[in-house]
Amino acid sequence: MSQTAQASSVAVPRRTMRQWLKRPSTIAFLMTLPLILLIGLLVLYPAGYAIHLATLNKGMTRFVGFGNFEFLFGRETFWMVVKQSCIFAITAVVFKAIIGFVVAHFVHNIPSKGQRKWRGMLLVPWVIPPAMSTLAWLWLFDPSYSAFNWVLAQFGADPVPWTGDAYWARFSVILVNIWIGSPFFMIMYLAALKSVPDQLYEAALIDGANWWQRIWYITLPMMRNIIAITALFSLIVTFANFDIVRILTAGGPLDLTHVFATWSFLVGIESGDIPLGASVSLFMMPFLAIAAVIILRDVVKRGSQA
Amino acid sequence: MAEVSLHKVVKRYEGVEAVRGIDLTIGDKEFVVLVGPSGCGKSTTLRMIAGLEEITDGAIQIDGTVVNDVPPKDRDIAMVFQNYALYPHMTVSENMSFGLRLKRFPKDEIRRRVDEAARILNIEDLLERKPRQLSGGQRQRVAMGRAIVRNPKVFLFDEPLSNLDAKLRVQMRTEIKRVHQQVPVTTVYVTHDQVEAMTLADRVVVMNDGVIEQVGAPNELYHSPRTRFVAGFIGSPSMNFLRCKLDREGEDLMVRLADGVALTLPAESRERYREHVGRELVLGLRPEHLTETRPPRNGEVVAPFPAVPDVVEPMGMDTLVYFRVGREEVCARMDPSANPRVGEPITLAANLARMHLLDPGSGLVLGTRPTG
Repeated sequence: MSQTAQASSVAVPRRTMRQWLKRPSTIAFLMTLPLILLIGLLVLYPAGYAIHLATLNKGMTRFVGFGNFEFLFGRETFWMVVKQSCIFAITAVVFKAIIGFVVAHFVHNIPSKGQRKWRGMLLVPWVIPPAMSTLAWLWLFDPSYSAFNWVLAQFGADPVPWTGDAYWARFSVILVNIWIGSPFFMIMYLAALKSVPDQLYEAALIDGANWWQRIWYITLPMMRNIIAITALFSLIVTFANFDIVRILTAGGPLDLTHVFATWSFLVGIESGDIPLGASVSLFMMPFLAIAAVIILRDVVKRGSQA
Repeated sequence: MAEVSLHKVVKRYEGVEAVRGIDLTIGDKEFVVLVGPSGCGKSTTLRMIAGLEEITDGAIQIDGTVVNDVPPKDRDIAMVFQNYALYPHMTVSENMSFGLRLKRFPKDEIRRRVDEAARILNIEDLLERKPRQLSGGQRQRVAMGRAIVRNPKVFLFDEPLSNLDAKLRVQMRTEIKRVHQQVPVTTVYVTHDQVEAMTLADRVVVMNDGVIEQVGAPNELYHSPRTRFVAGFIGSPSMNFLRCKLDREGEDLMVRLADGVALTLPAESRERYREHVGRELVLGLRPEHLTETRPPRNGEVVAPFPAVPDVVEPMGMDTLVYFRVGREEVCARMDPSANPRVGEPITLAANLARMHLLDPGSGLVLGTRPTG
């Protein structure tokens, strides 16, 4: 009797260790560990390093705390980049959302036979590497030999300095961003549209709703979560956009089309002040983080309403 | 005052005829149930009345006006869907009042109608909830409430109880009937469940393969089906069909079954079947008319029917006994006290006054008038 009691008291800790190892949640954790480490290495380390860099002086020899930010806040160009980035990101996201929504409706109403073809074709701008397609746009925008200005000339209009004039240059970079980004909205909204049960529309039809009321009272509320998440996602990506501005205008004319990423590149890499460049690119992080928390909290609160 | 009538209505989808020219008139305040197996065209018919499907050919009239090209919102109908189709982001009262709000009814009128409907359906406590916070039965009530507040000319129900569990289904069935008694409106109700059809309907329309098989009051369909389809569809367990030969023996007519069982027809049926003597026919006999031998009630004519049970299913109220006649399986409904056992021969009593003889080729029940 006492023997068995002793044996079991010895066996207990070993068994729990083995049990702990055998638990599905432990196994799952161990299996995801490589990925967690990889993400840590590829995301957290650079992010932490960027924060560290932002606190150093130009020679990267001395800790200056918020010195880089104090310097930036005193510069007019920085505030212009902030303004420019906001205009760029917000305008582009709004138009991408509207165009994506409208196109998603058109595609949704195409009979399913032809729909795949259209879906595929409409995704093309989003699938081509942006650097490549932006080059094509650059040629289209060329002041002397481009297709756009040629067409304008046929109608007797004056050539437009697409990338030479500040306002036209802003317009051009936003236009290209919209062209590249709309298909993403289209495909997300299309998926959302397909998840709205047809019977809701039929019920609304019988309740007497016209097409606009069906969109306003059924489609939009049913798509709210997808709209919010897609807009947030796109807002973050658009704020961080680099390739379009870099290729199309390189920030010009007179730095008037710079966004955070391109200006940070200019300051940090091309002008050799890496800590200042890191500070520029980090400036938006707290704002985007707050926006993300607010939007995602709202999404979680609403949950799946179906 | 709303009569719904269908004239030679056809629905064709890319070569397939889902509804093949049906004629039907539904009287004012009448409760009509369209019943049939899946794919028989009953839902399509309902959706054509609602205006959710276009009519390929023929005409549908509501209240005397042809509505073929009238959009659903102008037909003054309300529909309850199988999966309720409640708007998930609106509260119960918003769901119910949506149609009225779109039509810009005054606020206090909307309030009054919603409260009234909520009182009838007993959902006054749920008005501020969202659909996801409701049980299946409660959602069903809300869906009905949304129909009631509209005060429409016609109610349309598309298999409204199929998503509920068995117990709730019976409860809601009674509820629907009660609501129709309180709010008498012309109602078209689609179901595949013949029990629902029988219990709810003033008149049942049995559909099969895009055509109407028979229209009639529930008891009429049960007692005098015109076709084999209706005879087999109405009633549970369904009617037994046995191949047989009709013979004459002196004055008597006899039905001879596959394994030599001969049943003598009651005298009053002789006239009806005389012209078919000598033919191969099908005997239709419901399980409830094939019972244990018992003293015949007033005027009942029974014939002995020997059987060896294969399967015995006690149901509580009755015991179902399955046995074979030749190669055909037959079901009988016995009193539990008869206590049948598998493999032990018994003699059942066939109530031949309730039997039907069918033409094996056309499937028509003999001696009834053809569907007019």
